[in-house]
Amino acid sequence: MSDLRAAVAAGALGSEESYRELLQSIVEVARAIFGARASSVFLHDDETDELVFEAVAGEGAGELVGQRFPSSTGIAGWVLVTRQPLVVDELDKDPRFAREAAESTGFVPKGLMAAPLLHEDRALGVLEVLDRPQQSAFSLAEMELLGLFANEAAIALDLLQKARSARTVLEEEGGDAAALARFAARLDEAEPEKREAAIQLLDALGRLLRER
Amino acid sequence: MTELPAWSLPADAVGRIALATDWPAEVTREWAWGDSTGKGVRVCILDSGVDGSHRLVGGIESAVAVSKDEDGAAFVAEDLDGDVCGHGTACAGIVRSLAPEAEIHSVRVLGPGFTGGGNILLFGLRYAIEQGFDVVNLSLSTTKKDYASVLHELADSAYFQRTVLVASAHNMPVESYPWRFSSVISVGSHEEPDPTTFFYNPSPPVEFFARGVGVEIAWLGGGTILSTGNSFATPHMSGICALVLSKHPELTPFQLKSVLYLTANNVGGGR
Repeated sequence: MSDLRAAVAAGALGSEESYRELLQSIVEVARAIFGARASSVFLHDDETDELVFEAVAGEGAGELVGQRFPSSTGIAGWVLVTRQPLVVDELDKDPRFAREAAESTGFVPKGLMAAPLLHEDRALGVLEVLDRPQQSAFSLAEMELLGLFANEAAIALDLLQKARSARTVLEEEGGDAAALARFAARLDEAEPEKREAAIQLLDALGRLLRER
Repeated sequence: MTELPAWSLPADAVGRIALATDWPAEVTREWAWGDSTGKGVRVCILDSGVDGSHRLVGGIESAVAVSKDEDGAAFVAEDLDGDVCGHGTACAGIVRSLAPEAEIHSVRVLGPGFTGGGNILLFGLRYAIEQGFDVVNLSLSTTKKDYASVLHELADSAYFQRTVLVASAHNMPVESYPWRFSSVISVGSHEEPDPTTFFYNPSPPVEFFARGVGVEIAWLGGGTILSTGNSFATPHMSGICALVLSKHPELTPFQLKSVLYLTANNVGGGR
């Protein structure tokens, strides 16, 4: 395994969790700023052409992450295919939407705001903000604010996807590479004294393996 | 006799370019589209398909879908699936509300699996221009830089053959096309409730603002919902274009844009 691959391994294993936390923090902040009942980020899975709940704040947090639905359905689907942000009000008056929403999210929002997550020239997913019980309909200024959050979420989602594909590459390399990747990640996290001792031990192991 | 360059006007040929329209001293909304219903104007909705049976749409003239064959080559075929996500139906309903007698044609370029389909969008737009539609509503855009130059050429060819492209501006800080091109009519949203209120923007690239907030739109399954977005401001502008072109079919896109400027609410509109 090259030094470069070891470095990638340490980055991939350590960063995936951090990027997930970053994404979670973005939906938490979006929910707080808009005074909303819930906020979520969906990732578009290219292979299955589905949208996947990647981070959820508020209503549905804890249950929805990992759930999937076809990418072209619902408001998130509109936003993904048209790459345009959208606000919808009075959703609860539409029985068809109400049923679909209740099935997929567990509650029926009155209104929601959604923006595509665009990174370079790809649409990676969708950011949604649902319901503000105390306030009126969403305004254009808020839609622009949502666009700023969407940019941030798109960057985090891009990093998360890259970390995941790096991990997949390592796993496909077989058990040896994964074991070394785990070792590299541990080494990266270790206290300086422990790291030095581990490197000395590793050097000794290297010499042992070279001996015939 | 000296040959003049190809794109010049000999002295004795000025009569050849006489305008078909008597341009009035003052362009008013009454002159521009008073009593117009959009009759005779062909509006194309380049989108996710259109459900012609929705009461707000009230029938469409034609529907095709752009797909890819096994080798990845795009082709156009009759659209048998209608609208799979509802966006095109919503846009068609808005055009119909303003121009009740305009013809509505659907070219589907969005749908399942089309999320990265910039080339499907290009193919569909080229097809729409070849069909010679009077107005093409583009409540969408692409962020693919590779397609920008081809889109630009398509937008210019549409402009010179009297096909007006009406395109949604992106209300996010991203580079997307074709709304940024000067040969299209680009549209953002204002917050006024009147469907014929629109403003000229002296600080482009967005050139016009039309109604895009709290719009009642057609929704899949026959219902309606209230929605906000530049996607819905754009068909308001397309509908107004259809009204003007129905009354003045000889107008070029340049002249049409001039009429829109002169009748905008912050210019001379309302007179």
